[in-house]
Amino acid sequence: MNSLAQRFSTTSPLAHFRKIQRLADEDEDVSDAAWGSQAGFGSLTKGVPTFTVPNLPDPTAFLRLHTDDHADPNCRIKIQHGTTTLAFRFQGGVIVAVDSRATAGSYVASGTVKKVIEINPYLLGTMAGGAADCQYWETYLGIHCRLHELRNRERISVSAASKYLSNLVYGYKGMGLSMGTMICGWDKTGPTIFYVDSDGTRLKGDLFSVGSGSTFAYGVLDQGYRWDLTDEEAQELGRRSIYAAGHRDAFSGNTCNLYHVKEDGWRFIGNFDISKMHYEGPGDVPGAPGGGYGYALRVEGKSSANPPVAEAAA
Amino acid sequence: MPDMNSLAHPQQHQFNPYTENGGTILAIAGEDFTVIAGDTRQSEGYSIQTRYAPKVFRLTDKAVLAVNGFAADGNMFVKKVRQRLEWYRHAHAKDMPLRAIARLIQTMLYARRFFPFYVYNILGGIEEDGSGAVYSFDPVGSYEREACRAAGAAQSLVQPFLDNQIYFKNQTPAQDTSHPVHLPLHSVLALVIDSFTGATERHIEVGDGLEMYVVLARGNPALQSLQDLPGAEEVTGTQAEERVFVIRRDLKKD
Repeated sequence: MNSLAQRFSTTSPLAHFRKIQRLADEDEDVSDAAWGSQAGFGSLTKGVPTFTVPNLPDPTAFLRLHTDDHADPNCRIKIQHGTTTLAFRFQGGVIVAVDSRATAGSYVASGTVKKVIEINPYLLGTMAGGAADCQYWETYLGIHCRLHELRNRERISVSAASKYLSNLVYGYKGMGLSMGTMICGWDKTGPTIFYVDSDGTRLKGDLFSVGSGSTFAYGVLDQGYRWDLTDEEAQELGRRSIYAAGHRDAFSGNTCNLYHVKEDGWRFIGNFDISKMHYEGPGDVPGAPGGGYGYALRVEGKSSANPPVAEAAA
Repeated sequence: MPDMNSLAHPQQHQFNPYTENGGTILAIAGEDFTVIAGDTRQSEGYSIQTRYAPKVFRLTDKAVLAVNGFAADGNMFVKKVRQRLEWYRHAHAKDMPLRAIARLIQTMLYARRFFPFYVYNILGGIEEDGSGAVYSFDPVGSYEREACRAAGAAQSLVQPFLDNQIYFKNQTPAQDTSHPVHLPLHSVLALVIDSFTGATERHIEVGDGLEMYVVLARGNPALQSLQDLPGAEEVTGTQAEERVFVIRRDLKKD
């Protein structure tokens, strides 16, 4: 009886405490932990990320109305889109190659985007779809991979890491997240690639390409792919495929970033200008054939202005 | 008496909390300084709401934030970033480093992934290693460190100009010469003023006034010349080694 009275009393210490707690909760999305450093992840201070959602019967329709630039090119908030990314597994590890263009509608918002997200020294994630979605959730994945290491005294497998991400984005299915990513790395089982997207798809495979330029990249990739490629041949194939996509897909281009994952972790191979690859080639790098990928091939010897190289030298 | 005829048809209502307030912002990083600038016109449609609404804000003595898009969201966002920076100061007795502010802004924007702030942010300042830095953001928090960036109404007018003058895109250096990697402060300020006078001429939402914030790294030799510059006002906080100045210029008001 006493406890019942206390439950409904407005003057008891317990009621006072509840009132304070209610007031504290009204202080919306920021918890006390935000007073200190939360490694930048201020929205994660309650353990799981918290998001503000508009107070409407259908919040996702609201988001679609204001952000989806395919349905309505005049919508206000333009989320960066358009990409070519690829990754493939071969005898010498994993090759990851991406372009660097970000478009908002038909405007080239940036030509220097880092579409390979370095999750940790053994894991790479690629970025296609919403730039913020990929950047945020793959950074978040990095936090949890580190926690896994601390808890289990061993590195997380690529399979487990990708499943973590897959389950995470599946929880937001239908809310408007947009990401198509390849989680690449080297674990106990060897070189591994998982394709994960915001629909909830998660696939293991040897060869993937994602984004608006993927069809062009696949054309070159399928034609030149073998398991027993040498490291140099594989790097060249990745570079050449991104070049092809950058050349034919308007939403891809600018530069190509190339990574190679081996047993001791990933290594950044280089940044290659796609226009420069067309005319002059990628420069003096292992696997490069010498000369441009596109220009000379098309015009050399076709007119007196472009005599064959040997003839010009003579 | 309500019009029964109109009620016979389904009525569609939509929640539209956003508007576009025009204007343009711009930031350029030098080797040991950063310039962050914005015009001061605020408009809605074809009417000008005010000729002086600042879009560039000093956050700390080494970080300045420019916001563009929906002014109400922008002002609220700056307020919230400042609150988090103050909390950080109370907890750690120092200012948050620039790269940490950049990450903070990402998470704060992404927390509104399903109800975005309609704001394009450009953060400029000095890194812990003393180098000038610019970070640009999309409305939901994707970000990147760059050397220069224009955003807002006239971004498509200003950015190509910057690509040509800062990155020397489509320019071939003369025989036996090369393009400089970093430009000195006086050339950067001249480029910023030219960008905005140009944008004012060709874009109706840009004009009225120009505010340029200059953040200097410790021991920057350009300090004396800035202090002597007429109209340059120092807005540095208390103890800092970095120095922050504002330079205000008029833009055409038509």
